[in-house]
Amino acid sequence: MEKTAYEATVEIKNADGLHMRPAMQFVDIANQFDCDITVSNGENTVDGKSIMQMSMLAATCGTKLAVKAEGPNAEEAIQALQKLVEKKMFDEPPPKNRKK
Amino acid sequence: MEIKKGIAVSPGVSIAKSLIIDSVDYRIPQRPIKPSQRMTEIQRVRNAFKEAIDELTQLGAAQDESETSRIKDIFAVHLRFLHDRTLRRKITDLIHSECVIAEYAVSTVLQEIESHFSNVKDAYISERAADIRDIKRRLLKHLLGPKHEDVEHLTEEVAILARELSPTQTAGFNREFVKGLATDAGGRTSHTAIVARSLGIPAVVALEDLTEIVRGGDTVIIDGNRGIVIVNPDDETIRQYNEYSREFAELEYRLDAIREDPAVTRDGAKLTLLGNIEFPDEAEIVLQKGGEGIGLYRTEFLYLNRPSEPTEEEHYEAYAQTIHVFKKRPVVIRTVDLGADKYTQSKRFAPEPNPFLGLRSIRFCLQNLTMFKTQLHAILRASVLGDIRIMFPLITNLQEIMQAKMILHDVMEDLDEESIPYNKDIQVGIMIETPSAALTASTLAREVNFFSIGTNDLTQYTLAVDRGNELVSTLYSAGDPAVLRIVRTIIQDAHKAQIDVAVCGEMASDPEYVMLLLGMGIRTLSLTPPMIPEIKQIIRSVTIEECNRLARKVLSMNSERQISSYLRNAARIVLPEAF
Repeated sequence: MEKTAYEATVEIKNADGLHMRPAMQFVDIANQFDCDITVSNGENTVDGKSIMQMSMLAATCGTKLAVKAEGPNAEEAIQALQKLVEKKMFDEPPPKNRKK
Repeated sequence: MEIKKGIAVSPGVSIAKSLIIDSVDYRIPQRPIKPSQRMTEIQRVRNAFKEAIDELTQLGAAQDESETSRIKDIFAVHLRFLHDRTLRRKITDLIHSECVIAEYAVSTVLQEIESHFSNVKDAYISERAADIRDIKRRLLKHLLGPKHEDVEHLTEEVAILARELSPTQTAGFNREFVKGLATDAGGRTSHTAIVARSLGIPAVVALEDLTEIVRGGDTVIIDGNRGIVIVNPDDETIRQYNEYSREFAELEYRLDAIREDPAVTRDGAKLTLLGNIEFPDEAEIVLQKGGEGIGLYRTEFLYLNRPSEPTEEEHYEAYAQTIHVFKKRPVVIRTVDLGADKYTQSKRFAPEPNPFLGLRSIRFCLQNLTMFKTQLHAILRASVLGDIRIMFPLITNLQEIMQAKMILHDVMEDLDEESIPYNKDIQVGIMIETPSAALTASTLAREVNFFSIGTNDLTQYTLAVDRGNELVSTLYSAGDPAVLRIVRTIIQDAHKAQIDVAVCGEMASDPEYVMLLLGMGIRTLSLTPPMIPEIKQIIRSVTIEECNRLARKVLSMNSERQISSYLRNAARIVLPEAF
């Protein structure tokens, strides 16, 4: 049987964390795929296509999230999301050595 | 059809569509529903989401491309929330499992999310609670009908319903369209009552859960004579009320006929009837109703609904406009009475634990001299235009009068230096509205030209009762023997010192108290404009002799209940139509 579930751990790298606008970008990409996408911060697992649930994760800079996709094009979905979070960093700046 | 009983605080009858406005937070009706109604409520949720999405899409499209992308982003985020299926499911699940109405479900679910955000430690994320609040408000707006922000832009006649109305909210009322007021809380002297009477529209308060029963847009009859609100009346009831309101209008019409007649008792004692006003354009109403001047010009309106303090020119304009209507007749301007119920505590000043005993009124002015002097400067400048008088509120001791007069003197010197003319003999008076001022009235009388008894605060401070708190508001009565004795002391001390004494509190516009006040020696009343004809009619129907007798009798009574019923009966005999 073909493997349909993919998983990756991504780290939030932009300074302001997963606030509303990044959460919006995340779910916009997630919703382009038909596969189910879940995101976990270790404590809670939420629907990666729901902006309500994603933003409620309140992931700050440095938080590691486990993203899991299951279903059609799961692999592409994971890659796209990984790119958004870690490479593009939601088009936002990284922290400037600021103290938390 | 549902009939609710409350307290009638402003006479008249109105039949209009309801507009529910929120006081501090949205007040959400919490009505249980039958399982069979759940689909209807779920459909209402769907509609509200759809309307909110349409509205946001339009708002987003209306934003200029050049506009900072931030605003567009905010709208975009809100739209994602409205499209979020899991959010919608959470709401509809709640309706399913708990059998609650749409408003309640929306409010509960979003409240939960909001507090989740508020509790996040990261400041940037916790601030997002404001977005959730905004989404909640938008959805509720579509569920509950037009809201507060629309009050200033009304295009059809409405009855305003609220848990309670704040001065800030009522300041925006357009009297052309606001036909009646009804609130869950409040008493005879609550702000809602005062505003309704000065606008001349019917009002009923203390209706407890009215806003939970009514939906925005429902037809309501507000019967400010009997203290009844009827929700969704049937045709027969509407017909009866149309007739009733016509009869009431006829009484008003008959009272209008005595407008030009003097306020003289049958045995020839002449009274002066003045109006209480809040806004300059009410001066005209006072004149129409037969008032002979302004006995209380509240100036707080200048400070409401605005981010900054009014300029001296704005003060001056407001006073000049009013005195222009009255020419040589008296206009008593009360210096600003901010604080406590008069100003949103949380808005500009640190909230006080006990605002009514705190930094309010003259105390506030004496600690904010720049603001105080600006107002006095404007009043003095306007004083050459007519008979303007100054009145200081909430005096509690002699020192405050001396201080206030000293500051007034400073401002006069400034005007002298600037060569600006003003009335050097301007009359200065004080409000007697605290027990301490009443008990030292003989001393205070030496320093001022007149007293005006503010019976609302005097009653509240004498009886230690918050008039807006429905749990104890039944204890609040100007007819309490303690209040009447204190009022008598003030009048006697003013007479001994040979200075004028007026009553400007709610007592002056209450038909039941007129004879008593006359009997206690009052010859000047300052009252809410719509009540002037009725009070005048009573004065013209009585003799001082019988008023004196009534006062002697009442002052010998020991219970508020006995006094109230005695006064009511006496007034009923004099003017039966008013009851």
